[in-house]
Amino acid sequence: MARTNRHLASTAAATATSTAAPIVQSAAATSAAATLTPTLALLLALAAFAAAPAAAQVSDGVVKVGVLTDMTGAYSDLAGPGSLVAAQMAAEDFGGKVLGKPIVIISADHQNKADVASSIARKWFDEQQVDAIADLVSSSTALAVMPVAAEKKRITLLSGPGSTPIAGDKCTPYNVHYTYNTYAMAAGTGRAVVNQGGKTWFFITADYVFGKSLEADTSKVVLAAGGKVLGDVKAPFPTTDFSSYLLQAQGSGAQIIGLANAGADTINSIKQANEFGLTKKQNLAGLLVFLSDVHSLGLATAKGMYLTTAFYWDRDDASRKWSKRFFERHHKMPTMVQAGVYSELTHYFAAIKAAGTDNPDKVMAKMREMPVNDFFAKNGRIGVDGLHRHDMYLAQVKSPEESKYPWDYYKIIRTIPAAEAFEAPDPACPQVKK
Amino acid sequence: MIQVLSGQLLIGLINGSFYALLSLGLAIIFGLLNVVNFAHGAQYMLGAFAAWMALHYWGVGYWWALVLAPLAVGLFGLVFERLCLRRLHGLDPLYGLLLTFGLALVLEGLFQNAYGISGNSYPVPAALEGGTNLGFMYLPRYRAWVVLVSMAVCFASWFVVEKTRLGAYLRAGTENPALLQAFGVNVPLMFSLTYGYGVALAAFAGVMAAPIYQVTPLMGSGVIMVVFAVVVIGGMGSILGSIVTGLGLGLVEGLTKYLYPPASDVVVFVVMALVLLLRPAGLFGRQR
Repeated sequence: MARTNRHLASTAAATATSTAAPIVQSAAATSAAATLTPTLALLLALAAFAAAPAAAQVSDGVVKVGVLTDMTGAYSDLAGPGSLVAAQMAAEDFGGKVLGKPIVIISADHQNKADVASSIARKWFDEQQVDAIADLVSSSTALAVMPVAAEKKRITLLSGPGSTPIAGDKCTPYNVHYTYNTYAMAAGTGRAVVNQGGKTWFFITADYVFGKSLEADTSKVVLAAGGKVLGDVKAPFPTTDFSSYLLQAQGSGAQIIGLANAGADTINSIKQANEFGLTKKQNLAGLLVFLSDVHSLGLATAKGMYLTTAFYWDRDDASRKWSKRFFERHHKMPTMVQAGVYSELTHYFAAIKAAGTDNPDKVMAKMREMPVNDFFAKNGRIGVDGLHRHDMYLAQVKSPEESKYPWDYYKIIRTIPAAEAFEAPDPACPQVKK
Repeated sequence: MIQVLSGQLLIGLINGSFYALLSLGLAIIFGLLNVVNFAHGAQYMLGAFAAWMALHYWGVGYWWALVLAPLAVGLFGLVFERLCLRRLHGLDPLYGLLLTFGLALVLEGLFQNAYGISGNSYPVPAALEGGTNLGFMYLPRYRAWVVLVSMAVCFASWFVVEKTRLGAYLRAGTENPALLQAFGVNVPLMFSLTYGYGVALAAFAGVMAAPIYQVTPLMGSGVIMVVFAVVVIGGMGSILGSIVTGLGLGLVEGLTKYLYPPASDVVVFVVMALVLLLRPAGLFGRQR
């Protein structure tokens, strides 16, 4: 009962935010336009057109990016408001303008609902001249928005979602899958754990597309590395009490309990696995763990766990420098999703600049052509399938004794080269066949 | 097979005692005040957060929190009853439902704004760490404690309401407040205290839950639905009904999680639908 009512209330709120005024707006431009008389404005526009034909290459005179993410729900800590901050930083660091036209960032809450996400996207494309949508955390919202964007020839820049079909049979020519996918997570953590002797696995899986995709990808890697999968249990999403499933996992006798879930589910399952003494004889492998999860679990509970990540704030000087600036604004260190939003938008703006236009086909071609080289990725490449292939990192959570300062959470054990971290383009994607 | 089953039943019993503790507070509030307290989940969350804040900011541990958090949250409930809820007395219960639902949204929104969605981790108190191997399963000591304490609190509450003079006043107050007031009993105060007690019970359950579940702003909104189902199945306002049903549903849910996990989050509502079809007043309810 409560849930239905809440949804009603928050749907209304979402509609309100999506129609709200842009958050970063070029105030100077609007006030200047308001004081001009229509004729003068027309003359000026004509003059501008005649003087610099190349400058007219930005549609509607503005590069508008919509950050569509989970602002209040289960993924709002790992993406959400932090993704918006990252997007705003990207716009400001690029100088607030590209090809002389202002960059405008707007945002809305999709509440992890596919229908809400696609209707906001439609409205943005049709009525608000949005050129690109960023983040789209949770795969179901990404898969709902991608075809809408492709139909309208607008760009989607995904940082939050993880399902592999996004760059597989569901791929579109206008999409970039930037930060990670379930295969990269599975390949990183799964292989590392099997190589360290964790041969037998049991999965506790979130019972929806993402969880199943994560389990399937990990099973593949485990079997290929010579391990065995003893069984699995599909827990409804979301679940707060995992004790029953943990008991089944315990009964399986597997060495490794693979947690094919995310966010609050991962947090509660890890916490309760400790409580039920599972971690004494068996080991947990969190298959999708974000910095925000470790932060809220605390190192005492999360210590020793292996995880794969696309980004860690404390990895090198460049990542530290950017992350500290992010921290000043958001008061939390960035997750890989949030850092990914900054990096993908910077790459997008750079591609517009290089292409000399915001024409989506040309920008996509430039984004694929130019390598990504920044604090987030070294020599990252965006493939024809839209998947951004870059190095990933195998990390281990530090114990409270090892952690020397706030947010000192991970030891980077190994850099996983892009070619190993991500699969080759999937022939199921139409662009790959061409 | 038997081993696994007994493990699952025991876990069901543990979860059932949470349901019992939470639905007890709801049943008391509804039975005596005729208020459908939709803020119960948020008050449960407040209890858990009060414990976490006490530990995090002032270093006050679990045992003190077990007493202080319910007191603080109960006091908050009392003030809320006095200032807001009382004005709706005598109106359709729907108004109280809307007010408390609004309160829940406000509280959850405030905490989400301050602490984010992932929440915080609360450690198991040192004295209750570890557990025993029962042969068929490993029983964490803390979970055993939860069952014992919940039972004790449930029994004590039932005893006070059903068997003591104070309880008799309370019950008389619901039947005919004007008459009871004529006998010199301060009925409005009694109502405030009752609401405060019901809220304190929710907060108590919250403190009990803090070491098991992550302390998050929305921890109450998930459990509250099941708890309402428990109260409906047990018979609105029946104290014994809510205790017995809470435990029973915990068991049913535990079994479902083992036999057919995908149904485990709907089984409670299936039972509710069946009970409403066959006994509309609930298992222990009286037809009003």
